[in-house]
Amino acid sequence: MKKASMIAIAAAATFMAGTASAATLDDVKAKGFIQCGITTGLAGFAAPNDKGVWEGFDVDFCRAMSAAIFGDANKLKYTPTTAKERFTALQSGEIDVLARNTTWTLSRDVNLGFEFVGVNYYDGQGFMVKKSLGVSSAKELDGARVCLQSGTTTELNLADYFAAQGMKFDSVLFDTADEVREAYLKDTCDVYTTDQSGLYAQRSVVPDPDNHVVLPEVISKEPLGPLVRHGDNAWGDIARWTLNALIIAEELGVTSANVDEMKGSKNPEIQRLLGESGDLGEQLGLDAAWAYNAIKMVGNYGEIFETHLGQETPLKISRGLNQLWSKGGILYAPPAR
Amino acid sequence: MAIVRTERHPELPPPVTQTGVIGWMRQNLFSSWFNTILTIVSAYVAYHAIYAFLDFAIINANFAGTSRDDCTLDGACWVFIKQRFGQIMYGFYPEAERWRVDVGYVLGAIGIFLVLSNVVKSKKWPAVYLFIVYPVICYFLFYGGFGLEVVETSQWGGLFLTLVLASVSIFVALPLGIILALGRRSEMPVVRMVCVGFIELIRAVPLISVLFMASVMLPLFLPEGQNFDKLVRALVGMSLFSAAYMAEVVRGGLQALPKGQMEAAKSLGLGYWQSMGLIILPQALKISIPSIVNTFIGLFKDTTLVLIIGLFDLLSVVKAGTQDKDWLGLATEGYVFVAAVFWVFCFGMSRYSIWLENKLHTGHKR
Repeated sequence: MKKASMIAIAAAATFMAGTASAATLDDVKAKGFIQCGITTGLAGFAAPNDKGVWEGFDVDFCRAMSAAIFGDANKLKYTPTTAKERFTALQSGEIDVLARNTTWTLSRDVNLGFEFVGVNYYDGQGFMVKKSLGVSSAKELDGARVCLQSGTTTELNLADYFAAQGMKFDSVLFDTADEVREAYLKDTCDVYTTDQSGLYAQRSVVPDPDNHVVLPEVISKEPLGPLVRHGDNAWGDIARWTLNALIIAEELGVTSANVDEMKGSKNPEIQRLLGESGDLGEQLGLDAAWAYNAIKMVGNYGEIFETHLGQETPLKISRGLNQLWSKGGILYAPPAR
Repeated sequence: MAIVRTERHPELPPPVTQTGVIGWMRQNLFSSWFNTILTIVSAYVAYHAIYAFLDFAIINANFAGTSRDDCTLDGACWVFIKQRFGQIMYGFYPEAERWRVDVGYVLGAIGIFLVLSNVVKSKKWPAVYLFIVYPVICYFLFYGGFGLEVVETSQWGGLFLTLVLASVSIFVALPLGIILALGRRSEMPVVRMVCVGFIELIRAVPLISVLFMASVMLPLFLPEGQNFDKLVRALVGMSLFSAAYMAEVVRGGLQALPKGQMEAAKSLGLGYWQSMGLIILPQALKISIPSIVNTFIGLFKDTTLVLIIGLFDLLSVVKAGTQDKDWLGLATEGYVFVAAVFWVFCFGMSRYSIWLENKLHTGHKR
């Protein structure tokens, strides 16, 4: 079913590719807002708060784009999309950018006709165990009973990993994440496996989060990133460099709090980024203060991460791979010059 | 010496084991050893289930407070529902404009009351109001126009959206279904074939695939930038779908009528529409009431399927709420609340149908 619908979308996408309009930026400026595709609700990434305002890590990427283009972080309309319809929504022009924890893969990039503008979250399948099990590495899991959600690539990754390590396992399958968690808590199995961001979300929900530990091993690559349609490279550039600017800002220590002081910085990199010198904004077709606005109104990458996913939130996700390259992670942005 | 009793002995009450609560219990619950065991086991199970539920939902539940941290007891955290009640009822409809939805509810309730109840004898004007005037008013009231701020349908949600989906589909499905049913029994081959084709095609696919077609495939065939409103797409899909089912329900009613009814109507000199409107349909629809209401109830619950196309009906808005990082892990509370709301509406519909059947029964009742 999944495969068949992918093929149908791919066929339709190929058919549509010729008609993609060229100037998304002009369209967006004319209508006065960005139509941003998000999830229908995923803890930390996008969910409506009590006031009905969407908040989250992915939402903030769209807000940063809005700030860069309009100098106002809230010129946005959100289209919550399900996993199945997200690609059609982008392909048909219903949305301008999709920031919906979507894994960057070759077939999506090439065959479906999209352009991933970068990675805003390095995810990957991991394992959670109870501390009482006394396990500190996934390599010690030989013979374990593993709880997981059926019908996802999780199953395949798990089998591959255990086979490669020469270990045995029993899998216990469930239909929804909530059921998996309940089974794991009731000791039906020793290990809970899914993408690490999901493990952290589930851990925040259990009654005794401190008694559970997410093991360091990551057994699959799930780089999540925002994407746009093929065929409008200028628009893709704006999305890509908005993301890069947020990462560069963290590297340079520019935060939403100190961005005004930083404007007076002697560091030429900071000056270029904040539009005090050079013409980077103009090259993108934006205002000189594009990055300044994004950082001022939304925050740099680290701030966004901490606000929605970090230690101060119930999710308590550590930076891990998503730490800057200079601090042990793999987050790396090309220079803005 | 014989003792002859001259006055009648006062009647004794029946033995206590035969009457009252004890008698009833002996007869119904403890009539044999097997039933006795069954009763005790069921009572035990029921006690535990009910007690566990009450303990969760009321005794140990948290009602006061404004945040997750206020939920200190073990039971349900109803604070979640309380804090997000507005969102669950109206979705993302702007708070300042929510009175418009309430006005719509009140106007609709008046119309439904006048049409469905016994208070007014002539149903002509209430029907004109409810089926023609009211939808127009609602369109402007909910969407905007005439000085009211436009509220896009993407902001509609919660129970409000569920009611919009259900009532529009019901309003469209019933008349369309009657027409399709009549068309299927028509003597004109083209009309018949079109109706049969439509009904069989739609009935042969699941609602979920109709919705998918409407939301995923349709946009790909339209020129880029040309988009139907997502809600309209869902409404069209659901209305057509339920009309096909309705057609078969009504056809069942039509077939239950003896041929003589139609012949009698013709012999009185009535034309096709007259005999249908005055003789056939009133009887056929009366017979079909249970099935029609059945279809409505099914349809009302089917509205939750719009979840898969990213519309925020009652269920999906609660589901999205459970993903708010301030309220993680409260899925049970959300689902219990949604179930309760659905139960109230469906039970109401079913009660009305029973009342209507009793009111209209004219000799077919067993």
